[in-house]
Amino acid sequence: MELLRLATAGSVDDGKSTLIGRLLYDSKSIFEDQLEAIERTSEARGDQYVNLALLTDGLRAEREQGITIDVAYRYFATPRRTFIIADTPGHIQHTRNMVTGASTADLVLIIVDARHGVVEQTRRHALLASLLRIPHLVLCVNKMDLVDFEEKVFNEIKSDFRDYAARLEIPDLTVIPISALNGDNVVDRSKDMSWYEGSPLLRHLEEVHIASDRNLIDVRFPIQLVIRPISDDHHRDYRGYAGQVAGGVIDVGDEVIVLPSGFKTRITGIDGPNGPIEQAIPPQSVVIRLEDDLDISRGDMICRPHNRPHSGQDLSAMLCWLAEDGLQVGKKYSLKHTTRQARAMVTSLQYRLDVNTSHRDREAETLSLNEIGRVDLRCTVPLFYDEYRRNRTTGSFILVDEATNVTVAAGMALLPPNP
Amino acid sequence: MHLEVSHLETLEAEAIHVIREVVGELERPALLFSGGKDSAVLLHLALKALQPQKLPFPVLHIDTGQNFDEVIAFRDATVGKLGVRLVIGRVQDSIDRKTVPDEGEFAPRNRHQSVTLLEAIEENKFDALFGGARRDEEKARAKERFFSHRDSFGQWDPRRQRPELWHLFNSKKSPGEHFRVFPLSNWTELDIWKYIEQEEIALPPIYFAHEREVVERNSMLVAVTKYTPAKQGEEVKKAVVRYRTVGDTTCTAAVSSSANSISEIIAETATSRISERGATRVDDKFSEAAMEDRKKEGYF
Repeated sequence: MELLRLATAGSVDDGKSTLIGRLLYDSKSIFEDQLEAIERTSEARGDQYVNLALLTDGLRAEREQGITIDVAYRYFATPRRTFIIADTPGHIQHTRNMVTGASTADLVLIIVDARHGVVEQTRRHALLASLLRIPHLVLCVNKMDLVDFEEKVFNEIKSDFRDYAARLEIPDLTVIPISALNGDNVVDRSKDMSWYEGSPLLRHLEEVHIASDRNLIDVRFPIQLVIRPISDDHHRDYRGYAGQVAGGVIDVGDEVIVLPSGFKTRITGIDGPNGPIEQAIPPQSVVIRLEDDLDISRGDMICRPHNRPHSGQDLSAMLCWLAEDGLQVGKKYSLKHTTRQARAMVTSLQYRLDVNTSHRDREAETLSLNEIGRVDLRCTVPLFYDEYRRNRTTGSFILVDEATNVTVAAGMALLPPNP
Repeated sequence: MHLEVSHLETLEAEAIHVIREVVGELERPALLFSGGKDSAVLLHLALKALQPQKLPFPVLHIDTGQNFDEVIAFRDATVGKLGVRLVIGRVQDSIDRKTVPDEGEFAPRNRHQSVTLLEAIEENKFDALFGGARRDEEKARAKERFFSHRDSFGQWDPRRQRPELWHLFNSKKSPGEHFRVFPLSNWTELDIWKYIEQEEIALPPIYFAHEREVVERNSMLVAVTKYTPAKQGEEVKKAVVRYRTVGDTTCTAAVSSSANSISEIIAETATSRISERGATRVDDKFSEAAMEDRKKEGYF
């Protein structure tokens, strides 16, 4: 059984929490005591209905203020797949939360109200999904019951959204008319929308093809640890390199090179969690043994001799700013990329992207909280990276403020800057 | 060529990645080991993550002194068999130091564990503690990070958590601060049981159906032990029960069950309509935010 990670975007008003509640409830993933607890709370708060948002709003402040502050994770499973939902709040800290919740997502669910259609927030969510290269996007046109299940309304919203999405990079787009409150086209096919020929949402989530989303072409193995049990007589000669496969299919016998040294060697063995294996693929965590005893340490990378990542101290990237204190061009930040640590400074801000209009402001001098822009960076050591669109693991990095230790930015690498 | 990775394999790979990141970036980790099922899975994963190297860090148990004998026996047998170093922080020592109030031998000590835990962290200078908490367990835990930062008072500030993107964990901290690290964040109760079955991980016997004296209290089955005697008016009865979670005797209740094997437990878990903590945790029932409040103080 496969695991599908999905992120949801939309506001409570669009019925997002109701939809999640419906998925959990209909897949029997809400327990009776949890349901009773939210029924009690809903009643105490004077809600007219069982407020399913209370399932995810777990923090005291969220309950008191009736808002979602932070990404919440929910879990459910059907006989076909298991699912992790990253539920991201629509209003508060919107970009920061969505980027966080969606960074590992295979699929994003964007929800619109059929009465309002595509609004500014919808476009923002789609742009972020595109920027984060989430391979699959599902637009749920919710509250179809309030527009009399009209096919025409649905088709207009669908074509509106497609027009906008055509300008973005969204490899796979599906649009589904639903009514989360009544469960139309969520788990079961709607009786009131016989004109809709596609799958209900849950069926789509169970069947969408995600195995090809991984990069199985470019071998990338960032080294996490050197495993060397020197104190153990049985394994005195063992020397292995632990890591999680970030790309490609790695076979025993493959000729590889190790960056940054550039030494060529051969893979003599791969140890998986349950012993030796012949082949490793993403996202497996394994230990690789090499033919030669080389000076290799954490932060190095194994790849194939004729398929290397970009390597350099200068890179261009899209940066999403996540902290109250804005970006300072020229200030030094700590950078983490794969298992590699460096210091970095932004040498220039090319433009700031308006996430609502896609307008590029080339006069911008800083990025504030929730803002996105294109930057050039210079690092203290070379990074071995791919374009983020080609590999989300080797193309991503974070910036950390050296004084407060707070994660201040999420970075997505572009092609190397022109020399 | 078989290119599909199952969901359990994905979760295993993720947990191993997290464990290795801690070993790669922090200096003095320890693994919280209570003898419960989640910590047994966590220890199993830690050994796998670093094999054939021995575990380069100790396991830590915070002992209220009110635990089930079977669980303490399991704890000692496990660390003995695996050759792992065990550090014990005793709530009784905190009482003797007067950092925890002495409420008598029989008063519940569950909440006081936070004090003892923070003292053990300070004394041993631990900078990262692996915990077996899962996001599906409880609503405050649903908001947890993999790398959860604690300030120099050991406090969790849920409103100022660092954003956590991709699998790039920020392990930067100031001296005196530490991290709680939760490699099993994305596992569910059912995943844990399936993994225990697949890997044949040993557990304390009280997870399986057995006969024991219990009383019914707030519609939960509470074992009659030295620390949890029957109250006046309560009827002591013999029942066939098992434990879904294992805390100490004062905070954990049993469930009525005849499940005697892992596969029977899996079948029962898959059809259960009551959540793990809802069925068994006396300590979560105080208020809606009981867990959040304890976590802020430094709880597991």
